[in-house]
Formats: sequence, C-alpha cells, structure tokens
Amino acid sequence: MMKRDECLKILNKHRTDDAIVVAVYNAGFDWRRISQSPLNYYTVGAMGQGSSHALGIALAMPDHKVIVLDGDGSLLMNLGSLVTVASTAPSNYYHFVCENGGYEANGSHPIPGQGTVSFAGHARAAGYPHAFEFDDLGKFEAEIGRILSLTGPVFTTLKVVPGVKAPHDFEFANSRETHRAFAAAVAEVIAREPRAR
Amino acid sequence: MAELELSGRAIIDALKKARIEFVVALPDATMSEHVLWPLSKDKDFKLVRVCKEDEGISICAGMTSCKRRAVMLMQYTGFLDSINAIRAIAVELAMPICMLVGMLSKEPGVPVVRSKLYSVRIVEPILGALGVDNFCMEGPDDIALLPPAIDRAYARSLPLAALVGHRVNP
Repeated sequence: MMKRDECLKILNKHRTDDAIVVAVYNAGFDWRRISQSPLNYYTVGAMGQGSSHALGIALAMPDHKVIVLDGDGSLLMNLGSLVTVASTAPSNYYHFVCENGGYEANGSHPIPGQGTVSFAGHARAAGYPHAFEFDDLGKFEAEIGRILSLTGPVFTTLKVVPGVKAPHDFEFANSRETHRAFAAAVAEVIAREPRAR
Repeated sequence: MAELELSGRAIIDALKKARIEFVVALPDATMSEHVLWPLSKDKDFKLVRVCKEDEGISICAGMTSCKRRAVMLMQYTGFLDSINAIRAIAVELAMPICMLVGMLSKEPGVPVVRSKLYSVRIVEPILGALGVDNFCMEGPDDIALLPPAIDRAYARSLPLAALVGHRVNP
C-alpha cells in the first residue's frame, strides 16, 4: 500500500503547468495542499461526478492534458462514466483512482467489493486502451512518466492508505468563487492560445 | 388556440442560433427521431452519448467552465434521476447548464402541472423549488424562445430547462 499524499507528490512532479487537474474529495483535499494551481478543478457535493466533469473539460480543451484524481467510492457511483469516456476516447484524458477501500470522509465504512473489485479491470472491459494498477510507490514512480506520455484515455488505480491528513475544506471546494476562478484561469489560457480548442 | 406543432428542424436551428457546440444526450422518445438522429449527423454539433443523465450534467459543467456551449438532451425521468447533480452543480455553483427535457406522455396542449400523469406534473414544481428557469415548448412560438433563453442562461450563468411538451415532427 502507498500513502495517498506521497503518490500525489510523485504525480505532481510530472504535472506540466498547462495540465488541468480535476480532483474529488480526499484526493482533492490532498492535491490542493500539494499542487496549488489555478487550473485545479475541485468537485464535491454530487459524489461520483469527477470523471464526467473531467470528460467535459477534456473535450472542450483537447490540447491540454486533463488528469482526474478520483476515489473508489466515487467511481462506484458513476461506473457508466468509464464506458462513456472509453467510447468518447479523449486522447488527453488520464484517470487516476485512489483506491482506499472505504468512504474515508464518512466514517471509513468499506466500499462494496472492498478488496475484490478491480477498477482497472472495469476500465479495460469498458474499453480504455491502457489500464494500470500500483500498490508500490517505487514502481509507480518508475512508470508515471510513461503513463502520462501515452495517448489517452488512460486509467490507473493507486492502492492507497491515507497519508498526512489535509484539511477538509468543503466550503472552498464547493464555492462559486473557486469554480469561477478556474473558469477565469481557463479563459486566460484560451486568450493566450486561441488554437487551444 | 396556439399551434401545437413542434418541428425538429426548428429546434435544431434554434440550437444553432444559440451557438450550441456540444449536445450531450440520452435518447428521449419525444425527440429521438426528429431531433437526436438529425443532430447525430449534423457536423455543426459534437454529440456525446452518455450512460446516465447526471453524467451529462457534469460533462456540460466541464464544457461550460471552458467557455464551450453545450445542451443536455434527456427525458423527464432522467431529469428526475439527476436532481442532486442539478442541485449541486447547476444551482449551487450557478452554472449555465441548459437542458432540453422531453415530457413523454404529457397530453399535447395541457399545461405540465395539469397532466394526468403524476410523474409529469411534478416536474415544474421541482424546477420551481430548485429555482431553475423553465418554459414548455408546445409550438413554433415557444421554439423561438429557446435561443434567447439559452443566451440569457449563459449571460447570467444560471441553469435553464426547456420542456419539450409532446412528440416532435420533422
């Protein structure tokens, strides 16, 4: 097992400035502490929807990598999105699922299928051309550069336990101001790169 | 009495006039033949077929955050199934999520709230409780309201539901 924040720190070393990151719940709270960027998009409140928000962004901004930091409980609420993503096949879509086996924000109750369900298997069966699974930090660190160089959609399960606890700032993640700041940052990117879309 | 005729061509033209680029959809019987099938072959639109309607709400949110105009096409049962996503994303985050909602089995010419069908007549009160701007399209004059309503939704960054009151013709 890997600590989630340590995984995300490794991922952040490979994040380019123009990459958009869509992050949900605990992965999002960790990510905010690790990688502060105006191109971070946080989604809480309608659990399970991160992969779909990211698909909309990936289709709207095809020249920018879109990295999704999903949760296992979240993805279980929107498994159909794997099929939608695979059939839409955005080449700039990189889907990471932090599999901790439980609902960490709600008392750490186990997810259905804890320890038996294969999220990478679901992704492959849905039609993702690439799907990976890691439970060893060294192996993840060795492969992350290659994963992000593949043509998407790419799926990666990260088997994690919580690391250093980040503040659960739902008010920030769920505020109009946060989302408007993201939209303003994207508008600046579009103004700089008229061909970006 | 107002004309009870909905033209698929007119609805598609209205979406073009509103500068919609992406159509996110699940098939709805009222719009399937004369809106969704023609849209699927129209190079002015990019069609995203989804597995479930709440996915579509979120996809539209991602697109609108990136300054691209999108519309979600679905049946009213899908709207009912998506209420938490609409509440959290469209309403609480004040995003211009524009929805075309097919009112399958609503009696033509009968106001939505007076339908004999419980599942149909609750739609407008729910939209009202959510505070989502809405109107029902029954004829050509109503379709003409669609482009300015979409423009207004984007200008104010607020959601919109255009209810499709009966089966659409060519």
